[in-house]
Amino acid sequence: MLDANPAYRQRPSRRMRDILYSESFRTAIYQIALAGAVGLLGLFLYQNVIENLQRQNIATGFGFLREISQFEIGETLIEYSSRDTYFRALVVGLLNTLKVSAAGIVLATLVGFCVGIARVSNNWLLQRIATGYVEIVRNIPVILQVIFWAAVIRNLPAPRQALDLWGTGFLSNRGLTVATPASDPAHLWMILAFVAGVALMVAGDRWAKRHREATGRHVDILWPGLALIVGLPLLVWLAFGAPHAISFPERKGFNFAGGSTVSPEFVALMTGISLYASGFIAEIVRAGIQATPKGQVEAARSIALRPRFIMRYVVLPQALRVIVPPLTSQYVSLIKNSSIAVVVGYPDLVNIGNTVMNQTGQAVEAIAVMMLVYLIVSLVTSTLMNLYNRLVAIKER
Amino acid sequence: MTTASPQFPAALPAYDPLARISAGDWLKKNLFGSVWQGLLTLITAAIFLRFAWFVLDWGVINAVWYTSDPDVCRAAAGACWAVIVEKHRPMLFGLYPYDEHWRLVLMMAIYLVTIVVSLMPRNWNLRLLVPLWVIAVVSIGVLMFGGVLGLRYVPTSEWGGLPLTMLLFTGTVLFGMPVAVLLALGRRSPLPVARGVSVVFIEALRGVPLITILFVAVNVFPLFLPAGVEVNKLLRITIGIAIFFACYQAEVIRGGLQAIPRGQYEAAASLSLTYWQTTRRIILPQALRICLPAITNHIIAAMKNTSFVIIIGLFDILTATTAVMQDPLWRKFYVEAYLFVAGVYLFFGYALSLYARKVEGWIASGRI
Repeated sequence: MLDANPAYRQRPSRRMRDILYSESFRTAIYQIALAGAVGLLGLFLYQNVIENLQRQNIATGFGFLREISQFEIGETLIEYSSRDTYFRALVVGLLNTLKVSAAGIVLATLVGFCVGIARVSNNWLLQRIATGYVEIVRNIPVILQVIFWAAVIRNLPAPRQALDLWGTGFLSNRGLTVATPASDPAHLWMILAFVAGVALMVAGDRWAKRHREATGRHVDILWPGLALIVGLPLLVWLAFGAPHAISFPERKGFNFAGGSTVSPEFVALMTGISLYASGFIAEIVRAGIQATPKGQVEAARSIALRPRFIMRYVVLPQALRVIVPPLTSQYVSLIKNSSIAVVVGYPDLVNIGNTVMNQTGQAVEAIAVMMLVYLIVSLVTSTLMNLYNRLVAIKER
Repeated sequence: MTTASPQFPAALPAYDPLARISAGDWLKKNLFGSVWQGLLTLITAAIFLRFAWFVLDWGVINAVWYTSDPDVCRAAAGACWAVIVEKHRPMLFGLYPYDEHWRLVLMMAIYLVTIVVSLMPRNWNLRLLVPLWVIAVVSIGVLMFGGVLGLRYVPTSEWGGLPLTMLLFTGTVLFGMPVAVLLALGRRSPLPVARGVSVVFIEALRGVPLITILFVAVNVFPLFLPAGVEVNKLLRITIGIAIFFACYQAEVIRGGLQAIPRGQYEAAASLSLTYWQTTRRIILPQALRICLPAITNHIIAAMKNTSFVIIIGLFDILTATTAVMQDPLWRKFYVEAYLFVAGVYLFFGYALSLYARKVEGWIASGRI
């Protein structure tokens, strides 16, 4: 019966048909087609770019990085002048990006944790205010917030009528000027002593844990640890003869003398991006705290654990586990948001890269450099946070 | 015979979930539970009331609502809402020719009606939506561009304000969502090459700031095209924002795809459905329902992200307002102007999240 159908009789040999209809053959074909399409598209775009650049007489390659930049940068962490190379200018930009991001992350974390804790407070009023703050800050575009703060600072009084911050500094349209300790060799050693204190506390915590697991006895190292962290730098400070000179800013002519000043652009950008991020961090913290089931706290209370220990050994470890991964992505997005610096004129990587691009005309390379740097910074940040996450993650035994 | 029987405390009063709580109990529970809490409440209330009074005093009592004379505002102690009344046209419509602003008002009306009609589940059939969108797109195009029916031609470089923000946002979502679905499917695909391409694309674009992508759209994209071929700048920027949006959305949708139990795929395979049939009829409807809240978040983020175009000089509502605030007569009243723009974004964001909550309710009740 079947053989009466001519189409059926003339079918390819059984083996050939098996191959054609086999899954592995088909997936191989699809993939070769996809890879070919992607490759061809890439080649097509590459050829167009080369042709277009040749027609417009634009140089290619990264040779321009060694040329002289011929522009000044208002705010630099390393020495830089207009006689330096484009490469150095971009490094200055990157350092400025890192500076504003680091300050922004600290501020965003502080504000975010406070608001997040207020969000779960059993005080109705505080909770409502925190909720309102989060809703407003999260839903206004970050650029609008940065532009707003820049406008606020621009409209502050000039240095002569600057707002006096109770003798500790001034807020004016030239930025924020605060009193700082006069530089002294003791400071470096105090920082080292602080690091040593932290290291000792971590070591003490490890020992206390081992001791507890071996003997069942709890040794509280929280207060001795804090005493070490504060005490060691203090001892060093005393050992250096307690240098207490503080440089207070004073009004002088059209500006300030003494103290240290952060530029208005920096203040505006940092405030904008960190308040925006603080709204998201507050929600992460709230979710983290609420992730610990109520039963666990009740169980801890029923075995007469002290409230302090309930927080430290029951709630916090579980909350951190929930908080850290999304917090990582908030930090990374804060770093990326710092790239809007150009709207307030803060010389970050993108702002300087943009200038380089306009001067050299080498858009492809300049943008490639920016993208690569952000990729690396994002990757490094998430790697660091993943390491920390491994510390707080569930230990499967 | 006396056996020690366990001592139970007296029975607690039955818990009545519907019982009304007295105002005193509520205050005690939520505001004055302990001395510390009471103190905290008082301090917070003091700060809050002081702030609220300042806002009321500045924003309402001493505010100037209508004047065309900036000196009247300067003399007043309160807010100068008159700046919005005075400058609302350049703020809302940007560089668009002044005499043609009625076209933008009409365009926004058509746009809002189309969106509202399309969002209602009872209108979700193609026989209504396809003609609606064709009419809407054509009429919006005619109104915005002009050049026919006696309307003056307005190139895209003169478009601006709120209509531009709306177009950028809609374009981003309409271009971005299908790309996001394709990328998410690619990342979950059994084909290693498709997986590889999607992973590299998604991760590379998620690792860089939106601005660099906008720079690519403006400065590099023209180089990719053969000589003589040009793509409109507005279109390039929309595609740039859309692709950025798609990479984030793809990760959300991947989360939804991962939540589908394997049994669903196996059941579909046992009915000998093809890959695309399975995806379209079995997997995606479930996956998109699961991750709807996260999808909404990214759609709202896309609306906020349209404001990034200020950096490449497109005149959306924020750029237009910033430009208006260069006017030396009115620049002092920037707070009022920016509060207005913030209010516009807050309004649309709030509307979107309200709608999303409604959709979640419909999903939960099995209506859609």
